[in-house]
Amino acid sequence: MPSLTNIQQLVSGVQKGDKRSIARTISIIENNEPEAQKIISLLYPKTGKAHILGITGPPGAGKSTLIEKLVKELRNRGKTVGVVAVDPTSPFSGGAFLGDRVRMQDLSTDPGVYIRSMATRNHPGGLAKATKDATRVLDASGKDVVIVETVGAGQSEVEVVKVALTTIVVLAPGLGDDIQAIKAGQMEIGDIFVVNKADRENANRSVSDIEAMLEMATEKKGWKPLVVKTSALTGEGIAELLERIDEHIQYLKTGAIDERKKERIENELVEALNQKITESIINELKEKDEWNRLTQKILSMETDPYSAADKLLAEQLKRTRKH
Amino acid sequence: MSKKEKKERKIRVVIAKPGLDSHDRGAKVVARALRDAGMEVIYTGLRQTPEQIVETALQEDVDVIGLSILSGAHSTLFPRIMNLLKKKGLSDVLVFAGGIIPQEDVPGLKKIGIKEVFGPGTTTSTLVEFVRKNAPKRE
Repeated sequence: MPSLTNIQQLVSGVQKGDKRSIARTISIIENNEPEAQKIISLLYPKTGKAHILGITGPPGAGKSTLIEKLVKELRNRGKTVGVVAVDPTSPFSGGAFLGDRVRMQDLSTDPGVYIRSMATRNHPGGLAKATKDATRVLDASGKDVVIVETVGAGQSEVEVVKVALTTIVVLAPGLGDDIQAIKAGQMEIGDIFVVNKADRENANRSVSDIEAMLEMATEKKGWKPLVVKTSALTGEGIAELLERIDEHIQYLKTGAIDERKKERIENELVEALNQKITESIINELKEKDEWNRLTQKILSMETDPYSAADKLLAEQLKRTRKH
Repeated sequence: MSKKEKKERKIRVVIAKPGLDSHDRGAKVVARALRDAGMEVIYTGLRQTPEQIVETALQEDVDVIGLSILSGAHSTLFPRIMNLLKKKGLSDVLVFAGGIIPQEDVPGLKKIGIKEVFGPGTTTSTLVEFVRKNAPKRE
């Protein structure tokens, strides 16, 4: 277990971009080891420089392959890149098969690239609990761009918007018609929509379905989402995609970024408070006789969990007010 | 640390195919078995260089590396992998191998730090037990 000096060594290693330090630090956060919070608090002031790109979309749309091409193009332009690629944890065994690197093999020995595979560990929403903090570690390590790849996501996995500054929804031709395009959830979160596999039939049809859906927007927001056609296989459209991303960055710089960041930080603060408040109150409650008494009563059907929770909470509040 | 938090520690394994093999059925069976045993398995895909494998192990902060090879190039590739691991400070990572490796080559491979060599016919439960028993304890 790392001691305090080791924590400082790790933190300074991360800031120098040392891959081993980055790797260890992400593990500590992912495993929720006791040093995690300290490390995050030391790294946090060093973050905020990287552009965080979220890539989401259904399984098999070509997210990983597209990322490989994007990273190569970014490297050509002299940018350093971090990637956090999330795949699902089995709810049955707790294990995971993390296969995103298969599409990114050429990048693993590039000194300007760091790739980390991450299992969801059953966190809902398409990302792992530690994904956001992992992007912070990579941000603090000096990467210009950090790309987050979600699990192959369904309609309702939208957590990526809480992490990314630019969200890209990757779709492929033939996955659904204009009815799918109009559904709530994923189709609402894209700053940029990519129709990948443009080398296939029906790509233009998918593009026009998505464009039609975007046209229907009644609420005029500052940014009108764009649709880009790419083929990760041939490289077609990758340069255009990067241009669109740049446009979005420029748009964010006109002020939208501060709003986005503030909203996000508030949400995160609420989440952190929720967790800490719940934890501390529940730990305290569990030590009271009342806890066991009420559990027994629920078991014997004399009361129900909601009434018992009301009772526990009322007494806890009474105690807090006395202090 | 509470019991619940401790559970979040998972054994992380990279399953890699060094060299020019063209099929990876065995590697996938092993990856699947370790996944079903609750481990997090990073799969690299085919035709990996020693540099790529070691870099992957480093970036993914793995506890274990499983090397699968059928081409007969193990005596060239494995020493390079083991040297690179040492150079990068990853000597504590457990390394095992599988595939088509002649029995007479096994002692030499063990000498350079490969903990075990599994041949055809190995059951997945043997493998899971081996990894659980030998993965470095970090806590």
